[in-house]
Amino acid sequence: MATTVSQPSGLVSLPAPAERVATLPPARGELAIIWDRFRRHHFALIGLGVLFFMLVVSVLAPAIAPYNPNEIDRGITEPAYVSHGFAPPSAQHLLGTDELNRDMFSRVLWAGRISLAVGFLSVFFGALIGIIVGALAGFYGNWLDTLLMRMTDLFLSFPFLPTLILISAMLHQYKFEGDTTVIQVTIIVAVLAVLGWMDTARLVRGQFLSLLNRDFVLAARALGADGRRIMLVHLIPNSLAPIIVAASLNVGGFIIAESAISFLGVGVSPPTASWGSMLASFQAYLRYSAIAVLIPGGAIFLTVMAINFVGDGLRDALDPWLRNR
Amino acid sequence: MTRFLVRRTIEMAVTLVLASGLLFGILNLAPGGPFDAQVANNRIQDPTYLERLNKLIGLDKPLHERYLNWIKDVLHGDLGQSWTIARGQSVNTIIAARVPNTLMLMTTGLLFSLLIAIVIGTISAVRQYSLLDNVFTAFSFFGISIPAFWFGLIMLKFFGVELKLFPIGGIYSVDKQNDLLDRGWHLILPMIVLSLLQVAQWSRFLRSSLLETLRQDYVRTARAKGQIERLVLFRHAFRNALIPLVTVIALAVPSLFGGAIFTEHIFAWPGMGQLLVSAVGAFDWPVAMGVVIITAALTIFANFLADVAYVYVDPRIRY
Repeated sequence: MATTVSQPSGLVSLPAPAERVATLPPARGELAIIWDRFRRHHFALIGLGVLFFMLVVSVLAPAIAPYNPNEIDRGITEPAYVSHGFAPPSAQHLLGTDELNRDMFSRVLWAGRISLAVGFLSVFFGALIGIIVGALAGFYGNWLDTLLMRMTDLFLSFPFLPTLILISAMLHQYKFEGDTTVIQVTIIVAVLAVLGWMDTARLVRGQFLSLLNRDFVLAARALGADGRRIMLVHLIPNSLAPIIVAASLNVGGFIIAESAISFLGVGVSPPTASWGSMLASFQAYLRYSAIAVLIPGGAIFLTVMAINFVGDGLRDALDPWLRNR
Repeated sequence: MTRFLVRRTIEMAVTLVLASGLLFGILNLAPGGPFDAQVANNRIQDPTYLERLNKLIGLDKPLHERYLNWIKDVLHGDLGQSWTIARGQSVNTIIAARVPNTLMLMTTGLLFSLLIAIVIGTISAVRQYSLLDNVFTAFSFFGISIPAFWFGLIMLKFFGVELKLFPIGGIYSVDKQNDLLDRGWHLILPMIVLSLLQVAQWSRFLRSSLLETLRQDYVRTARAKGQIERLVLFRHAFRNALIPLVTVIALAVPSLFGGAIFTEHIFAWPGMGQLLVSAVGAFDWPVAMGVVIITAALTIFANFLADVAYVYVDPRIRY
């Protein structure tokens, strides 16, 4: 035992500093941690997969769709289908045809582009307005806060769907120069954003108020950072998690809102298809086809459910405090 | 409390005036007027005649003056006159004819949703993480994600068109105007369609609220003194769990009306929602504005009611 003593007894051998660092778990980015938490939510993962699939299919619609979505198939000769459309699914038309014998599959694909674009763009711009209003109100306070929050209350007093229908119908009457579809999508996005920013504004204001007195903000102030820098570099990034959660849960609602106004005929107009306007035109032909009702509505349903699951997963991953509530 | 009521009443009035002003202004940007159809089919060819007609109903005045006239009439209980769907008829009369039908649909829808939501919410909370609870959770995700109008179309297709169990629209069969059974039969599908979203939301809400109260000390005390479980649940936990639901229900009234628009549209239910859709389709702005203003007032009042109801059901809260 006493043969190989090389160190004085009583001293604990310390590893070299480099070794100590190596035994710590590898440093991981915040995103990796969030992804780890998100991954544990199985429905959120499935939702993300479905959403990704929908996005890819919509982006690639021009390549995937076998027909021009607005092209009427004059090759259908069965008298019943010539008179009221809705040829059943076949090798030529995977999901059959619609009331004018246009290829259902191609139309659903192209419609998805509009529905998804409206959903994501309107939430993005709505959140942008909300962040700006909430940030100004929370940061500068005083009369500006009162003014902006009163404005928020005012917008909250509009009943969402009736106002949306009313304003969309009014704008629908205008004739604009240019591509009708692009213009209508822009209008819908704008109206949805203007009617849907209030929750974000309140959220951001609340976040700002709770962050303003934290040490890191005081430190930034002490170092001479101006208001713009404190807001952009310190406050907004630290408020981002709840904003993203709220926004992701809004996308589904806005997709439904778009399909709802298109369903009433004041959104996207024919021949351009959105999932809602397809349902609207099938409403009168319920007798002839079940698939016609199931497909576009099912697409909305599947997408919105996928988005809601992703939003739920994001909430769990980004805000551990909200768990189990 | 009196101070609170006075302050909130003034706030409500100011909000309503501002909201109506904003809407009025936006709507008046719309191109076209009440006589467009007549001009288009050459029934009105003389531009001076058109000018006289417009002057007759006050359309020659500048925007702010028109708004002031309109709001003055509204405050006197007169919503103006219809432009197209029933030209010249009072908007009051047109809307008044629709109100009972919408009220019928909305109240039955609300009571039905409440009943189902309470049953589902209670079962889910008491049997947390059981198979039934998981099924209800899945159901609520369905209910939140499904567009109401699509759900309505599916119900119409399968129960109306295919199985012929229920009528495909309207509020009563021909010649059966006073048959209550027949009216109830027409009501069932729209009521279910209108309820789906609220059931999905409220059952989740009640579940978490009941789970919260079941963890409270007074529930433990009740159990400790040997109270039987059924009474612990219904006498101690359940009542307290319902408190926050009062606010949620009051705040759901506007969204219930939003749902009613589509339900009425699909089931040809002659209510205010269907009126709004047809008014908007015919560019009848006075009628559409009337419906939206009434809904806005309802929204603002529902918010107020939620605040007051909260004080009433929970004595700990004071203003």
